Amino acid sequence: MNRRMVFYMIGQIIKVEALLLVLPLIVSLCYGESCWQAYAATIGIALAVGFGFTLISKPGTKLIFAKEGFVIVAVSWILMSFIGALPFVISKEIPRVVDAFFETVSGFTTTGASILPNVELMSHGNLFWRSFTHWIGGMGVLVFIMAIVPSATDRSIHIMKAEVPGPIMGKLVPRVKQTARILYLIYVAMTVLEFIMLLCGGMSVFESAVHTFGTAGTGGFGARGDSIAGYSPYIQWVITAFMLLFGVNFNLYYLLLLRRFNSVFKSGELWTYLGINFAATAIIAVNIFNLYGSVEQSIRLSAFQVASISTTTGFATADFNAWPEFSKGILLVLMFIGAMAGSTAGGLKVSRIVLLFKMIKREFLHMLHPRSVSAVRFEGKTVNDDTLNSVSSYFSLFMGGFFVMFLLLCLDKYDFQTNFSAVAACINNIGPGFGAVGPAGNFAGYSDFSKTILSAAMLLGRLELYPMLIALSPSTWSKK
Amino acid sequence: MKIIVAGCGKIGTAILADLVAEGHDVTALDESPELISEITNIHDVMAICGNCADCYTLEEAGIADTDMFVAATDSDELNMLSCFLAKRMGAGHTIARIRNPEYNDSSLVFMRKHLELAMALNPEQLTAGELFNVLKLPAAVRRESFSRRRFEVVEFRLDHGTKLHGLTVQKMREKYNASFLICTVRRGDKVFIPHGGFVLESGDKIGVIAAPTEILKFLRLLGEMKKQAKSIIILGGSRTAYYLAKMCTEVGMSVKIIEKSPERCIELSTLLPKAVIIQGDGATQEILIEEGLRDVDAFVCLTGQDEENILVSMFATTQKVPKVMTKVNRDELISLASKIGLDCIVSPKELSSGIVVRYARAIQNSMGSNVETLYKIMDGMAEALEFKVGEDFPMIDVPLKDIRFKPGILIAGILRDRKTIIPTGDDRMLIGDRVVVIAAEQRLKDLSDIIK
Repeated sequence: MNRRMVFYMIGQIIKVEALLLVLPLIVSLCYGESCWQAYAATIGIALAVGFGFTLISKPGTKLIFAKEGFVIVAVSWILMSFIGALPFVISKEIPRVVDAFFETVSGFTTTGASILPNVELMSHGNLFWRSFTHWIGGMGVLVFIMAIVPSATDRSIHIMKAEVPGPIMGKLVPRVKQTARILYLIYVAMTVLEFIMLLCGGMSVFESAVHTFGTAGTGGFGARGDSIAGYSPYIQWVITAFMLLFGVNFNLYYLLLLRRFNSVFKSGELWTYLGINFAATAIIAVNIFNLYGSVEQSIRLSAFQVASISTTTGFATADFNAWPEFSKGILLVLMFIGAMAGSTAGGLKVSRIVLLFKMIKREFLHMLHPRSVSAVRFEGKTVNDDTLNSVSSYFSLFMGGFFVMFLLLCLDKYDFQTNFSAVAACINNIGPGFGAVGPAGNFAGYSDFSKTILSAAMLLGRLELYPMLIALSPSTWSKK
Repeated sequence: MKIIVAGCGKIGTAILADLVAEGHDVTALDESPELISEITNIHDVMAICGNCADCYTLEEAGIADTDMFVAATDSDELNMLSCFLAKRMGAGHTIARIRNPEYNDSSLVFMRKHLELAMALNPEQLTAGELFNVLKLPAAVRRESFSRRRFEVVEFRLDHGTKLHGLTVQKMREKYNASFLICTVRRGDKVFIPHGGFVLESGDKIGVIAAPTEILKFLRLLGEMKKQAKSIIILGGSRTAYYLAKMCTEVGMSVKIIEKSPERCIELSTLLPKAVIIQGDGATQEILIEEGLRDVDAFVCLTGQDEENILVSMFATTQKVPKVMTKVNRDELISLASKIGLDCIVSPKELSSGIVVRYARAIQNSMGSNVETLYKIMDGMAEALEFKVGEDFPMIDVPLKDIRFKPGILIAGILRDRKTIIPTGDDRMLIGDRVVVIAAEQRLKDLSDIIK
């Protein structure tokens, strides 16, 4: 393995993080808060670590393969979360390291699960940084680096593959660098649009920024204890719409810009994604009608919660923990499905679900007619067996990992529903679950051991399992 | 520039790799999903899986605003068809790989005109041409001409006991007083652009630039002059062998082709009435000796297998054949083969990609860049480029010794009003001159790139 190149890239990432930490520093200075010192100190540490890495390991060759790509992504995400947690610890607003790490991982992985009992006590600088991590983690730091660093290698596609979620990674244009730039341009443009629309709804500049970051990265950290519930219906609808928009594959936006509308309308994944959302919204709206008694309110609440859960954002406008069991059941299923591949959302991804069902159908046909041969087609193309195998083994691994972590969490004091939904909410990068970790509760009550497990679940889920597992397996690092 | 390469076999991949390195935006098309996924892993290109003669696939690849379309699948007909479609759908320049000899005679002109092909690429014919060039001057391992044959760059290997051993470049020029310049020296895996104090050693591979007549003078002075090859043996009856044999018999050389397959032998004997066709396994040493390997002037190995070519060539070298030439396709084997002493190696895919890259640069010229011609020399480790000196060049009429060049740059020739100048430190570049620049380990886009 090309260790020098791995450490060099990680050093570059930490330097970029130091650069990004300047923003919360400025915010805290604007509000005259004392936590700016914590950010100044963290920037110093990040620069020292970053330059340490890049100076020690000057890469002899820039040649990297898939293995290096996985390791770079996994290690840098862990290290980034550690450094990102420092301001919380130094400013003593989240004094314990495990808690601060949990909160930062939750930020970078766009989960939005929190251990804070009262968000409103946090300083503006820290709240800003907490939400800004969503925005960074949504599209990915390495994609960002690829968009700005001039001399990435020809093989930087391996890094991009490891960081961008979804079973198949498609380039938009021939160059990796250009592809990364286009993705970020679309991302920034949509972020700015939402920011302006929230400002128009009468939200303050600070809160608009925080909620825009939370939506864009499909994260879910807010600025108030009751999430979005206290805002006007206009703001709730704007956020609903943007959550759904950020759950769409970004390649489709590029096709729209190229005016290739036909290819967009032919996307099977898009229609399935929208269909799932509409169906779930309709069913839940009927189901909760008796609780609220107003058609508009039940549709609004249902649509918001469905969009929030299916795009794995995790904002809330109602305590869905108090909803009927059937609605909760639907939300739990949505947690696992997630949004489209190539978006900022988590979960299994709609495309994988579609492929899994098509494989089941093929298996059925094969049982009825043992000699039948049928190809699985998706988005107008035949899917080759390698991709199908990787989808089914990803599903098995995902479920295996899920249950192992669920068992470990059961050692803690909470009930079955809380534990089950906590792991589901973390591994799918959603945020709130049911029971004690519902929208009205938080993760503070878990033991340090459980919090570590859940942090790991979030990282595994965001990077789609393999990078983490490969980076942690000893055979990757041995020279044999 | 936006370029589409259809067909990602050996030739196609070599072409697209070079085009990416040149800085073009390349889209690759191929029907095999395995090849496509492999290519996206190794090269920074967009790859699309599909038939390159299918309108929808071409549209997906963005054919309408493509500047250049290269069809390099293994089927001539598919290449022609896809180029035709590409042109109709808006591609700028189309290049098709056409290698069947039946298409490559007089009908080619007709086809090129009506298919609106910018170029027909024939790797086998290119290879044969390259081999034939060297056969005419066997002391060289490679030769390229510039500026309509007014300059030639010829590569030699300095054998043991050469007169040049231990001389500096400066002293050699004084001693022989000829108008030539040593522009590149390859020693081991490194390429040097020699300065005056550079000491030559036997075993070096040197590139010399001069006017064609001067090259012959230089060789005579060195006593390295070998006569044009009169009789050659070609191993393997491939298409390349056919083209080469045809060229050689036309100038009166005696040619013997050894080929395994009886059917192919009959075909060849009808196509090449003047050549002697031997049916047999050329890898057996007995047949080679029996057919007079020890007496021929040159031996050319053109079988389909790189390993076989290398091994048989080594055997021929031990039999003291004056000139042994080997076709090797795989990059890693090329460097291996030159390490074990085979120095005259041709690689069809390198030649093909070189010619496509040259063409791409020519298109770019019309779009603003001003490289006139470009050749890769010293196994692709250095480039020789021809520029025209424009009015915006900052060092006009400055003696060369006063210009601070970037490292690895040499002005190797100046062409002024049909007069060729092999420059010394006192020569100057004037507006309207054409200059030949040698550059190692960098890619020049403009003449002003050579200045620090």
